[in-house]
Amino acid sequence: MKRSRRQFLKVASLSVLGLSAQLAGGAIVSAAEAPAYQPNEGGLKAGRWAMVIDTRGFETAADFEACIKACHQYHNVPNIPNNQEVKWLWTDKYEYVFPDDVNEHLSESVRSRDYFVLCNHCENPPCVRVCPTKATYKKPDGIVTMDYHRCIGCRFCMAGCPYGARSFNFANPRRYLDMGAINAEYPTRMMGVVEKCTFCVERLAKGQLPLCVEASEGRILFGDLSDPESEVRKALAENFTIRRKPSLGTQPGVYYII
Amino acid sequence: MIEKVLKGSPKYYVWLAFLGSLIGLGAFTYLFQMKYGLAITGMSRDVSWGFYIAQFTYLVGVAASAVMLVLPAYFHHYKKFKKIIILGEFMAIGAVLMCMLFIVADMGQPQRMLNVMLHPTLNSVMFYDMLVLMGYLVLNAIIGWVTLECERHDVEPPKWIKPMIYLSIIWAFSIHTVTAFLYSGLPGRHYFLTAIMAARFLSSAFCAGPAILLLLVFLVRKLTGFNPGREAVQTLTKIITYAMAINVFFFLLEVFTAFYSGIPGHAHPIAYLFAGHDGHVDWITGAMWIGATLALLSLALLIPPSLRDNEQLLPWSLGILVLATWIDKGLGLIIGGFTPNPFEKVTVYTPTVPELLISLGIFAVGFFVISVLWKIALDVKKEAGHF
Repeated sequence: MKRSRRQFLKVASLSVLGLSAQLAGGAIVSAAEAPAYQPNEGGLKAGRWAMVIDTRGFETAADFEACIKACHQYHNVPNIPNNQEVKWLWTDKYEYVFPDDVNEHLSESVRSRDYFVLCNHCENPPCVRVCPTKATYKKPDGIVTMDYHRCIGCRFCMAGCPYGARSFNFANPRRYLDMGAINAEYPTRMMGVVEKCTFCVERLAKGQLPLCVEASEGRILFGDLSDPESEVRKALAENFTIRRKPSLGTQPGVYYII
Repeated sequence: MIEKVLKGSPKYYVWLAFLGSLIGLGAFTYLFQMKYGLAITGMSRDVSWGFYIAQFTYLVGVAASAVMLVLPAYFHHYKKFKKIIILGEFMAIGAVLMCMLFIVADMGQPQRMLNVMLHPTLNSVMFYDMLVLMGYLVLNAIIGWVTLECERHDVEPPKWIKPMIYLSIIWAFSIHTVTAFLYSGLPGRHYFLTAIMAARFLSSAFCAGPAILLLLVFLVRKLTGFNPGREAVQTLTKIITYAMAINVFFFLLEVFTAFYSGIPGHAHPIAYLFAGHDGHVDWITGAMWIGATLALLSLALLIPPSLRDNEQLLPWSLGILVLATWIDKGLGLIIGGFTPNPFEKVTVYTPTVPELLISLGIFAVGFFVISVLWKIALDVKKEAGHF
């Protein structure tokens, strides 16, 4: 009895070993054979995407509204009427957008103007650092984006972001969308995940510029920071620009011409 | 030993049934949260962590506090604690379980929580927090169970348990240090961004946890006649007193740094908590003043030896201390961290009724587990004649 059990175990373990080796080998071969991911040839490419906002060009509420509407409508951003809201692109006053940089005797026009607020797509993004599931990640071209399907809704990224750029779907966002009028090209989100501006990463892949840039009629520039000939580099060389909370070392990718 | 759970007095069953009903209430409310999302809580875009995460943080401290019994007993061979160590370890098990449940309750997509293990992310402190919490749970369960089994058979614990006990001592420090790193590594959150956060966490843990343990032990003494020993109580009370004094001192260090430097960002959260900010004076201000007053009162009642050794007064002093540390960590820590928000604006956070009911349910789970484990431990001690 004892001997036959030992023999059985020997045979069984060897068979399992052989079978799993075969399976593993097969998996390696099939992985090698699988077609590699091919990016769209017409997609826009950059070493480091960045945005330069000419705040002098935005005066009336309508100037801002066109960009915000373009963004929020395309991305199916719900309009939630309380402090559990979802925002990708919005505006605020100078003292709130640049709270470390408040000069008591600021020029009236700078003080009273509104400023666009969005995700800064930082070079050293704290949100990516803290995310426990890699649901928030940085692409090689500097864009910080989200995998909504991997997000567990822990909101560590919201605590980590020093710019208040992230929104959480406290409720089902579809309850706050006109489901008959949503943009079918872009998914709506589900309850319990975080979202934010993605620099329109899906449009860049198709060779299109971000929606706010298109809607701004030249007042928001977008381009490759690593290319000295790019529009954004020229704008940065010719104008005085500031970024939000530079002392934190996150190296935001959004610049403001004041 | 597990069969000890099943034989108890009617009082014991009434107590378990009471906890069971609270658990049911919490679970029912949680179903509600599953359906409507975290929208049923008082959290917002600005205050994105609330009561759940605050309770998790407080209970990590309670779990870590078992080390205040284990360390003197095993490092310094202080034998008087041996009688109650098992109670500390079993309380830690209940506390870690509550921690885990509070994290689950706080998740937007709890069904995906295995993602933390499926996609281990070494740059996230949350990954390490999960590791240390689970490790601590396992360590305490094994150590507690094995030493109790040996006590039952009146034999020395096996040799292999010693290294585990030493490991659990270091581990206890690590669970609260890593939890502090969840907060202190965040740029732009002035109240969290301080190197003394881990030290503050440990000092508050090492007073609050043993205080809760002593209060429970006093209750058990009344109910069952279990005597922890006068000297053990006095030594533990001294540890509590020192830890609380250090805790208050550490907080005052924060106050000095914030206000003497004059840097607005550092001063604003403390100013908001105690005096309001930008015209906002909310309910938390009153709570913080009560907390500060109780903290000083607890020290006044614990530092003079004559008051500290007065067993009539001691439960009150400890209760005051627990309340003070809970207000600091279970309310102030999170609210101060998120208010003012990154725009230096104030969004008021107030926990909602469903949020509190779910929390109550989780606390009931913890007390249920602790009750059952302590029942086993005390029955075994009674049988072995170690009362």
